[in-house]
Amino acid sequence: MLAWTIYLSFLGALAVLIAGNKRPQAVRTIALLTALVGLAISISAFAQHRGGDLLTLTRLRWIPQLGIEYHLAADGISLVLVLLTGIAATAGILFSWNIAYRTAEFFAFYLALIGGVYGVFLSFDLLLLFVFYEIAIIPKYFLIAIWGSSSRSAHPGHAGSLREYAAMKLALYSFAGSGLVLAGILAVWVVGGHTTSMEVLSHASLPVHFQMWAFPLVFVGFGVLAGMWPFHTWAPGGHAAAPTGASMLLAGVVMKLGAYGCLRVAMMLFPRGLDPWGFHLLGLGMISSWRDVFALLALIGIVYGASVALVQRDFKLVVGYSSVSHMGFVLLGLMTLNQIGLDGAVFQMFSHGVIAGLLFAVVGRMVYERTHTRDLNELGPLRLGRAMPFAMVVFVLAAMASIGLPGFSGFIAEFQILIGVWRSFPWMVSVAGFGILVGVAFAWRALTKAFFSGGTSSSSEHPLPPTTLPEYLGALLLLGTTIAAGLCPRLMTNLILPSLNSPLFEGLRTGAWR
Amino acid sequence: MNGVTSGVLPWLTLLTLIPLAGALLVLMLARWCPSAARALAVVFSVAALILAFAIWRRFDSNAMFMQFQEWHAWVPSLGMSYHLGVDGLGVLMLVLSAIVVLMSLAASWANCRQGPVYFALVLLLEAGLFGTFTALNFVHWFFFWELILIPAFFLVRFWGGPESARASTQFFIYTMVGSVALMLSFLAIFLATGSFDFIELAGLARGGELATALAQHLHGSGMVLFWAAFLGFAVKTPVLPFHTWLPATYAEAPGETTMLLTGAMSKMGIYGFLRILLPIFPAQMHRALTPLLWLAVASIVLPAFAAWAQTDLKRTFAYSSINHLGYCVLGVCVAAKMMGADASLATEKAAALTGVLLQIFSHGLTAAALFWFLAVLERRSGGIRGLNDFGGLRKAVPVFTGLMGIAIFCSLGLPGLSGFPGEFLILKGAFPLAPWAVSLSLLGLLMTAVFLLNVIQKVFSGPLNPRWASMPDLTAREVWLFLPALALMLLLGLYPQFIAGPVHMTVMQWAGQVRF
Repeated sequence: MLAWTIYLSFLGALAVLIAGNKRPQAVRTIALLTALVGLAISISAFAQHRGGDLLTLTRLRWIPQLGIEYHLAADGISLVLVLLTGIAATAGILFSWNIAYRTAEFFAFYLALIGGVYGVFLSFDLLLLFVFYEIAIIPKYFLIAIWGSSSRSAHPGHAGSLREYAAMKLALYSFAGSGLVLAGILAVWVVGGHTTSMEVLSHASLPVHFQMWAFPLVFVGFGVLAGMWPFHTWAPGGHAAAPTGASMLLAGVVMKLGAYGCLRVAMMLFPRGLDPWGFHLLGLGMISSWRDVFALLALIGIVYGASVALVQRDFKLVVGYSSVSHMGFVLLGLMTLNQIGLDGAVFQMFSHGVIAGLLFAVVGRMVYERTHTRDLNELGPLRLGRAMPFAMVVFVLAAMASIGLPGFSGFIAEFQILIGVWRSFPWMVSVAGFGILVGVAFAWRALTKAFFSGGTSSSSEHPLPPTTLPEYLGALLLLGTTIAAGLCPRLMTNLILPSLNSPLFEGLRTGAWR
Repeated sequence: MNGVTSGVLPWLTLLTLIPLAGALLVLMLARWCPSAARALAVVFSVAALILAFAIWRRFDSNAMFMQFQEWHAWVPSLGMSYHLGVDGLGVLMLVLSAIVVLMSLAASWANCRQGPVYFALVLLLEAGLFGTFTALNFVHWFFFWELILIPAFFLVRFWGGPESARASTQFFIYTMVGSVALMLSFLAIFLATGSFDFIELAGLARGGELATALAQHLHGSGMVLFWAAFLGFAVKTPVLPFHTWLPATYAEAPGETTMLLTGAMSKMGIYGFLRILLPIFPAQMHRALTPLLWLAVASIVLPAFAAWAQTDLKRTFAYSSINHLGYCVLGVCVAAKMMGADASLATEKAAALTGVLLQIFSHGLTAAALFWFLAVLERRSGGIRGLNDFGGLRKAVPVFTGLMGIAIFCSLGLPGLSGFPGEFLILKGAFPLAPWAVSLSLLGLLMTAVFLLNVIQKVFSGPLNPRWASMPDLTAREVWLFLPALALMLLLGLYPQFIAGPVHMTVMQWAGQVRF
């Protein structure tokens, strides 16, 4: 049943195209129904799943000569992310309800992207995963290049076609990352005995020296999409230029594809790649394995992303850089290599997906499409706090969730990651704590500048359009999710923890796991 | 994993839910009848006060342990549980919070700037206070500790003075720095012990297992963890040099909100000292005793001088608030002194800690009353509150002068009023344990008298400033609103046993616990 999330999304894309640009209302309805059915399927699968065992959905021979199978399966980690995809897709469609330009094509690309994302999270064959991964990249380019927005305040140098620049940059970065991943897949196919089955490979003890170079290759390849510093530069601009629904998906689920790949492919298949090298890089005692290298990059990403967000004038870039910071927490959690840190990392993937979606929804849909500016200095005089109370309340709550106040999912996630970091890299805790504080500062700066810095000029002569029903529903869906996960983290951890303890991660547990 | 609720009713959960329900109701009714918000808020806070008193009455002052405990599993794998309970300290804080919130609402009775949202935020803040003072699991406690920031921030930001944007941001950032440090510290403790439960951790600290666990998992970084946790409470209390957010915030906040900030919220810091630092980090506190005492002395003496130098009455009393809480910090810190075999010092510690509790209550009451008087004055003067803008007010508003005089003398520590027994017991108990610190603190006591008398002299005495000749005096209704608070000051001044009795066992437990 779960596999139908993939097929339905592609069928939905087809149906939307058949309905055509001339019937936008039908197109929206079809798209929403498709997303809702996908969400319903993922919820029911999520609710029924017990323990961490791998649930095979479909297993067919695909190219038997090459050992390639069509293998769809899900464990707890996949299910958490599939649920996230369902929620983000539904909310994204609700916030794209007002797309009037080439509506059918927009939603077709949108649903195709969703289908690809579902596919990645459910694939248990490396080549299949790679195919879905590529399917997810192509629609992103078109969504940004055709429906994106240009904001001159963001990049003074690229006044003309910022969106095409951003779309191209995103596509090139993604393909560069995929290139590394593909190289890794081919290598493992050769070394691992002509199979691409992840289940088989996770038990095949690949030679350590092979894992030592394959791990960083694949990790960096996926890390590009996860916004890993210094390969993150596609993310803020891409998010800022994308239309709201697409930014929500980009930050909400596409970045998770990268993080998921880091965990599911790089770490699960090449666990020994995390072992110490036996020498210190640059004579520094703290860098003696790929694990230390990537933890350090993640740490830099946390502080760097938050610091850059602190000085942005473009509201969307603030949120864009905040994603780099929050994804840094995911990568740092992965590198802790202990149960609680990894659990926190997966939790943070879910949490950030919801919260970033919410932030982009407020900034892109609720504010920008009404005021036509994202410049924080220009938003101030509009007195949005009074003009748009609902947007204000949602953004206040989203900002609270983003800075990790208890009661929201972000708290539980960062809290677990930090415990993991205490255990593995005690000295990093204070730096990560500093990153959290900068995160508080930028969220608060954006909030007060955009909503509460009301000058004397009154915008009452141009009343802003009222909040529409889809916006209410979408915001409530996302807010409800982050609060539910924050108050009842067991919903997630009951699936994540057993999966981390399943035989699939055996290599990781017996290796560097501490 | 069944829940445990001692007794029939989940008293403490109910207590937290009352203001929360009130806040929601006020917000829901806001659209249809905004005028009812004020009355509704008062009704809910009176209900909370009654319930708090009921808990106080039912509280068994002879029992050693936490009472009214409720325990439910939440996320066992992360050490999170829903654990509530109060001891003498907790029940005292509940009553104080309920009183202060009601006082604040009474003070805002005549203020028409405040709509339903204001009252909803006040009730939310009250729920946060109740939650903080009853939670016994770090995560659950931290939730409320942070939750309070939200209403406090917005109350200052939206209803405050012209500089409120800067002040509220400063307040928020300072508090967040402290909170993050505190959180990181507790994450490390959880990593070492697998527990977030205050009671359990205190037990581990008493038995020495905590030190062993920290040494094993974190190479004995106990001192670092202690200072990180200390930072969280030092910002909130505040302890010098982490106080600079306070005068600006208290001055810019509307008077009614300042009452809440100083009367109830500043107590959260001291509460943390007593509930967390002293039981969980006694050894570290002992090792850090000398710097801690210096900080406490600085928090007593320097703000008193600073208060003298202020020309804004609100800032004067803001600094005075730091000074008064400095005595509490002093009292808590001396209790951490290791004393070897000398049992007589346990009595002194108990005296100091009893003094701390009396001082907490008295300061909450007095400071709230003082800022209430200032709010009344400000409303009559049209927002003017400079020290030198008045003069001879006793001729224009004799009743106001008289009543505010009582509160000022209470704050000064005049025997017979509630300010006296607290400060006296703290100094008496602390002297044998840290003579030099107490001697230095006396300078602060002196300066407190100087600046308070200075206020009386500049504002109430001297020739009448003709500008205020026609200032209306307190109305009968206002007098009736003030009287209960003043009566309580007198009652506690004459009969401190009213508080010292119920908290006795709690204090004895703390005083005995820090023996090694």
